[in-house]
Amino acid sequence: MTDTASSLPGAFDAGGIEELSPHVRSYWQLVGFRLRHDPVTLFFGAIILIVILCAIFAPWVAPMDPTQTNMIDRLKPIGYKDYLLGTDELGRDMLSRLIWGARSSLLMGLLPVVFALAIGGALGVVAGYMGGKVNMVIMRVMDVFYAFPSILLAVAISGAMGGGMLNGLLSLTIVFIPPLCRIAETATTQVRGLDFVEAARASGGGTGSIITTHILGNVLAPVFVYASGMVSVSILLASGLSFLGLGVAPPTPDWGLMLSTLRQAIYINPVVCALPGVAILITSLSFNMVSDGLRQAMDVKL
Amino acid sequence: MKSKAKKPDTAHNMEIVPEGDPRDRGGPRQPMFMVRGLKKHFPVRGGALNRTVAQVLAVDGVDFQVIKGETLGIVGESGCGKSTLARLLMHLIDRTEGELIFDGEEVGVRNGLAMRDFRKAAQMVFQDSYSSLNPRLPVEDSIAYGPRVHGMSKKKAKELARELLGKVGLRPEVFGPRYPHELSGGQKQRVNIARALAMSPRLVILDEAVSALDKSVEAQVLNLLRHLKRHFNLTYVFISHDLNVVQYISDRVLVMYLGEVVEIGPVDEIYAAPKHPYTRALLKSRLSMDPDERMDEAPITGDPPNPINPPSGCRFHTRCQYAETICKSLAPKLPKDTLPEDHVTSCHMYDPAAGHTLAGKVPPAFEAPVPVPAARVAAKV
Repeated sequence: MTDTASSLPGAFDAGGIEELSPHVRSYWQLVGFRLRHDPVTLFFGAIILIVILCAIFAPWVAPMDPTQTNMIDRLKPIGYKDYLLGTDELGRDMLSRLIWGARSSLLMGLLPVVFALAIGGALGVVAGYMGGKVNMVIMRVMDVFYAFPSILLAVAISGAMGGGMLNGLLSLTIVFIPPLCRIAETATTQVRGLDFVEAARASGGGTGSIITTHILGNVLAPVFVYASGMVSVSILLASGLSFLGLGVAPPTPDWGLMLSTLRQAIYINPVVCALPGVAILITSLSFNMVSDGLRQAMDVKL
Repeated sequence: MKSKAKKPDTAHNMEIVPEGDPRDRGGPRQPMFMVRGLKKHFPVRGGALNRTVAQVLAVDGVDFQVIKGETLGIVGESGCGKSTLARLLMHLIDRTEGELIFDGEEVGVRNGLAMRDFRKAAQMVFQDSYSSLNPRLPVEDSIAYGPRVHGMSKKKAKELARELLGKVGLRPEVFGPRYPHELSGGQKQRVNIARALAMSPRLVILDEAVSALDKSVEAQVLNLLRHLKRHFNLTYVFISHDLNVVQYISDRVLVMYLGEVVEIGPVDEIYAAPKHPYTRALLKSRLSMDPDERMDEAPITGDPPNPINPPSGCRFHTRCQYAETICKSLAPKLPKDTLPEDHVTSCHMYDPAAGHTLAGKVPPAFEAPVPVPAARVAAKV
């Protein structure tokens, strides 16, 4: 086989090669590069990392047993004796409880979003790509769920199924499926009409192959960013459920639950009582900020 | 893959497909593509029950043949159904009516040509070079996608993609791993052409493939297309609104108006002596290079009528300077039983039996013969 490229007349040389840098960067490398040069996102990302590490290594990080009560040292202020962040209404160490509480709060913040991302995203992509009747059935079912305010729906489902962490997870997952499904559907509908999908069909690509090769890559970014913003919502909702007694059962430390039980002592030691709320605030704010940074770094227009 | 065992994969080893193409089934006299009575009506829905209240007659009874090895140019105004026709030919949208026969076999029916094999034999290049490449895939992966879904191994498909990039004038090692946003419009369109060629097609439909490019790049890509046609023994259907480009690249030209074929014939005959009043007006609307031949009045005015409610009789009668009563009542037809090389038109003026007063004494289209562009003369030599 001869090198036909070199035998082509000079007019066929597309030129412009010099303008291109020799370094070829893939899409994800580019996203990483942008994230590395975004100090705000890095800072909040570091906070999330610390919270996650605390949650994983809680038994080693926490200075005391989070369930050890001490009736003498109740509701002590920050820095009292060995209690770095004071004690709660049963004399338990607040710092240890906050560290242990990160476990259930993060679990309740991340897992429902991950599950909803998988289920809602898949439904949305299928609805968007197939169109027609399939789309109508899926999206109208989603609309039914959408009609309820999210906190009301979560409370209703949890209440119907009873308390406990698993039911809380389940109800939050159901709450998050419709919005993620809708985002995925909208993004897919936009991508589906583009010529490269037509070209893939003209090349004989099947539905599954087109979705995995051509649709998912273009739909993932907006859906993923939206989902990351939902983590903070999920943490807040989970805290709300625990606050109402529908989430984690005592004495397991959980930020929402702690806030709920400590509220009676708000006039005795307001600073300590607010600490779980501060933890929720910082964590959800961090997830929001990182989500924002991701959105910019993963901008489709490039 | 089943079909692979049967047929040698000739074009994949990048040699010029010889005259006796082993993929040729019908012989040289069998048209590559026969289109018979092709119709596409889009329903217009409305009302409380979402009923069909009207039909857009986007393509309404189109008959033509694509001869093996030729370039058939399709011209017409915006909205005349050119792109719908292209998508119909590619089976990207379902037709309302009509037959599509590829090399003697009807496509997508029992005992006909399987859709999977048709997809390999016919490919399309889209107008919008930006949206026709997946922004998240390196261009070599976009090219390799087609062969991959037809069962080629990942490594071989990538090799083929790189080879084709070379064929379309892009250095494979430089451009292969790049993403579409890093390429210029002309480079992207070259990638699109390579993607179409990756299936080793026999027929390539080019839907306004060079219209979005600037003039110098357009010329390069046109030359590339001519070169590739010889190299791969291709047949082109070249759709464009640009009359000069169609004249340059086509062997035969088909003129469409409002979803119908009004004239079809060899390029030189159509450009030198157009028959249908619409073709005449279209050709006159080209701007002259000579400043003395200034055009003050547009030879054709107004927009094409609404394809939802096309005019009765001849669809062009509302804008035609020769229109008579017969044109309003009776729709002219393309003459039947003609050779593909014939120059035919659907106009009452060329049918003595129709009763048009100008039948047989049609005034000439141009006072002076239109000079053939120099580029075409050079290309023909």
